[in-house]
This record gives sequence, C-alpha cells and structure tokens, in this order.
Amino acid sequence: MRTRVLIPSGVLGLGFSREALARGVAAKPDIICIDGGSTDSGPFYLGTGTSKYARATCKAEWRQLMIARAALGVPLVIGSCGTCGADAMVDWMMEITRELAKELGQSLKVARLYSDQPLERVKAAELRALGGINPTLRGNIVALAGAEQMQAALETGADIVLAGRMTDTAVISTLPLMAGAHKGAAWHGAKIGECGALCSTNPTSGVVIIDFDESGFTVEAMEEGATCTPHTVSAHMLYENADPFILHEPGGHLDVTQARYAAQGRRVRVEGSAWVPSPDYCVKLEGAALVGFQTTVLALLRDPRYVAHAQEWVSKLSAFLSVQISEHFSGESAVEFRIIGLNATLGDLETGDAIPNEVGVLGIITAETQAQASEIAKFINPHILHFPLTKNEELPTFAFPYSPAQTDRGPLYEFTLNHVMPLAHPMDAFRLETEVLA
Amino acid sequence: MKLGDLAHKIRSKNAGPFWVSVDVFCEDEAAFTRLCEKLKTEAVAQALGTPTQLTKRFQIEHLNVIKFSFPRRIPQGSRLDRDMHGAQFSHLLAGLDIPA
Repeated sequence: MRTRVLIPSGVLGLGFSREALARGVAAKPDIICIDGGSTDSGPFYLGTGTSKYARATCKAEWRQLMIARAALGVPLVIGSCGTCGADAMVDWMMEITRELAKELGQSLKVARLYSDQPLERVKAAELRALGGINPTLRGNIVALAGAEQMQAALETGADIVLAGRMTDTAVISTLPLMAGAHKGAAWHGAKIGECGALCSTNPTSGVVIIDFDESGFTVEAMEEGATCTPHTVSAHMLYENADPFILHEPGGHLDVTQARYAAQGRRVRVEGSAWVPSPDYCVKLEGAALVGFQTTVLALLRDPRYVAHAQEWVSKLSAFLSVQISEHFSGESAVEFRIIGLNATLGDLETGDAIPNEVGVLGIITAETQAQASEIAKFINPHILHFPLTKNEELPTFAFPYSPAQTDRGPLYEFTLNHVMPLAHPMDAFRLETEVLA
Repeated sequence: MKLGDLAHKIRSKNAGPFWVSVDVFCEDEAAFTRLCEKLKTEAVAQALGTPTQLTKRFQIEHLNVIKFSFPRRIPQGSRLDRDMHGAQFSHLLAGLDIPA
C-alpha cells in the first residue's frame, strides 16, 4: 500500500512556494508533515523555551497548511514546535491553532505530544553518554520522541498533531510505518524529505512529496522546474550528518550503505536502505542551562599602526584589564576580545595573514548577573576607546560605532547533555493530550 | 596547489551541537580518486585543530565526495564558540597544500 506524504518545507517559519503547495495538495497526500525545530540555532531557544521564528510568520504559514488540511481531510502534523520543542512551545502552537480555527471556522481535534523532562526523571535514569560533554542536570531538558509516540498521537484520530521535541525524521516516517511501508525506506525517505526541497535542484521552493511503499520510496519536488536527481537526493545524506550512512533513531538505526538511487523522470526512486532495530529502546536528550549574562563592547581600529599591531594591542589591553577587574569587581566574570578582521571566526586555527584596512575589537563580557556584566563593560569603555600601544605616546581615540558602545546581550545558555535515556515503554517519558476545537 | 583550487566545492556545517562535518566535493571520478590518495586525514585533522583519531573519514564514491567529521572543541553556542554553525571550517581545508 502506498502512503503519500506532503512536506511543505524544512521548517515552519522558513517559507514555501504557494504554487508548489497547491500542486502538492492536488496530488492528494495522505498526511501533511512539517518540522518545527532543531538545535541548529544554538542553546538559547531550549534554554529560554522560545521560538527562533516570528509568531506572525509561523501563523501565516500554519494558516496555509490548516486550509490545505481541511480541503484534503487528512492529518496535519508538526514536530518540535517552536524551534526547541519545549512544552511551552507546544502550547504556543496550540494558541496559534486555536486562533486560526476560529478565524477559519474549522472544527478540529488536536493532539498535543509533550517532550519536557522533569529533572527527577533524568536524575533517576541510567543515562548513556554519547560523548563531548559531562552532563549538567539543571535547566530545560527535552527528550526526542520517535515514531512510537507520533503513532500514539495519530491513533487518537486527531486532525492536527502538535508535537514537542522529536526527531525530524519521525514526523514523516510514522504514518508510512503504520501503513506497513518498508522500514528502511520509511526512515530514509523521511531523512531525505526532512529539509523539504533541499533534496532538489531548487532548495528554497520548499514543497516535496514522498511516496512510501513495501520496497522503497519515491521523492518528487512540487515546484515547477525543480527536479530531484539521484545526486541531489543522495547528497542530502551528507547534510548536517556526522555519518552519511547511519542515522540513529529511538529504537534502532537506519543504514543506507546499500541504498540505490534511480532517476524516474523528475522523480527519484530509492530502494535498498535498511532499518536495524536496537536491543533496547532509548531516546536522546537535549538540555540547555543558564551559565551567565553577557554584555558586548565594540571598538574599531583604523589607525594603520594599531591595525598592524592589533593582536599585541589586545594582549596588552587584556592584561591591564584583568588586573583592574579583579581589583574592582567581585564575583566570577570573564572578558574575551575577538579581533574582527584578523581571526575572530577561527581563532588560533586561522592561517591567513593579510593586514586589513581596519579591525573591529569585539569585547564579550560574561558575568553572574546582567548588572555586573554591564558594570564591567562600562569600566572597560574608556580603556578600549583610548588604550595606548606604548606608554610614552599621545592617547589614541578609536571609533565607537554607536552610543553607548556597550550592548547588553542578556542571558547565555549552553547545551548540557549529549546523552540517551533508556525507556521501558516509549510513552514513559512523553505526555499526550487531546482537545476538540469547535 | 591548494585543496580549494582542486576541489569543486568544500562546505562545512554543524551536525548536532557537538560535531562538525566537512564535505569535499570533487569535480569528477578522476579528481576524487586523486584526492582520496593525496588528501591525508592527519593534515585535515591538524588544520581543523582536532586529534586525528577522533576524525572520521568517509569516501563516498557515487557522489565523488570525501567527508570528514570531527567533535567540536567547544560545543555549539558555548561561551567560547566563535562560529555557531561551523560553516567557516571549510576555509581551513580550502587552504591546505596538496602535493603535486
């Protein structure tokens, strides 16, 4: 049996071609699936439980998808609501859905799948480390749901599923798996489609359709002129993947080593990928916690002598400030300067040695409170404006691009976990609620 | 010659908060075969500032791509991170000298 999945784009908020969506709807898919999040933009969003994308953008796109869903009478699902997939963001999407249901006059059954993890559960679990970090058990923690939890949500008969954090792939693979599609194909096709039309020749057009069956999957881009080729499709396995052949999911992993990609006109047919079940069921955890507050200060050096000696100047300024700050300020703080124009991006790995016209010196102050970070920046202000390269010279004045030169950046969050958590039952760490909007 | 001149395209990107992956796209099979031989994992690891033994290497024949993945010294978005999406690491590889 064929399961046809419509994927409007890689993430809600990124935009998609309306014409391509209309063509996708005309193809009568069995479900509309879209991802809502990722850790791609860093720890801030999970740390704060907020969305990277504007509410207005998400609502405008969700409106289009709710209209398409109503026309088709099939489920519409979103995974990892509001970038981080925290409970608060599932509720945020619920609020948007509620407003739209009213505006569009739709009656709907909505299922909400929650992924937040109470600290006590994580503390009691036998976490397995994936490396790279020692676990810090504080802040916000979510678990990534897989196909089992999404299946539970779909089995409620919901018209719309708003899921918290889950794997990008499970959003797509669940219905094909429920319909008996080839398991390797279900996960592989989901991986190929999770970024929408990124697997085609026109990545920004968004919309793709994937047909799943008992032996493989077929992918097609909906934008006119956009083509999926064996190259664009197979190359997508490289993207944001540390391993281009293996993808870990709750309950097992996908192995595409033996996959074969064949062109069928503007579509691509893929067979041969394998699903390898794991002996036990684990879900991946993501955590982000507050580590301090930051203020930045920016000065521009244009004087050729200072530009040529920028690194030396920053070293001398840092040494001077470090003594002064420890004398004047209590509490933990850190001041770091990055020299824009020399090596701000790559640090000590930089190999280029061209001397630019000017350099920007970006000071980043991290302290225990925003007030303290701001105070330290104010202390640094006159020095970064006038610090001389040598003692016996006239005081220089550099450029401040605006007033005040310092900017409060707010809280700084860091990722705290790279671990998986074993579960006796897939729903043990997830919560499902349904509601009817009339 | 520099790798950047020999490769069709080099890109890098974060692969989760703790890994970065660099893809070296070769123009054709001949270029791929030659670079597979000339491009040493040790040299790549040194340029990326990561231990060789932690650097994963994949040679993907049907795409003519050599892929390297390595753990970030500093997790994405942490205080000392300089490039959230890790997309500038590609320039370090582009600057690598490849023996004739």
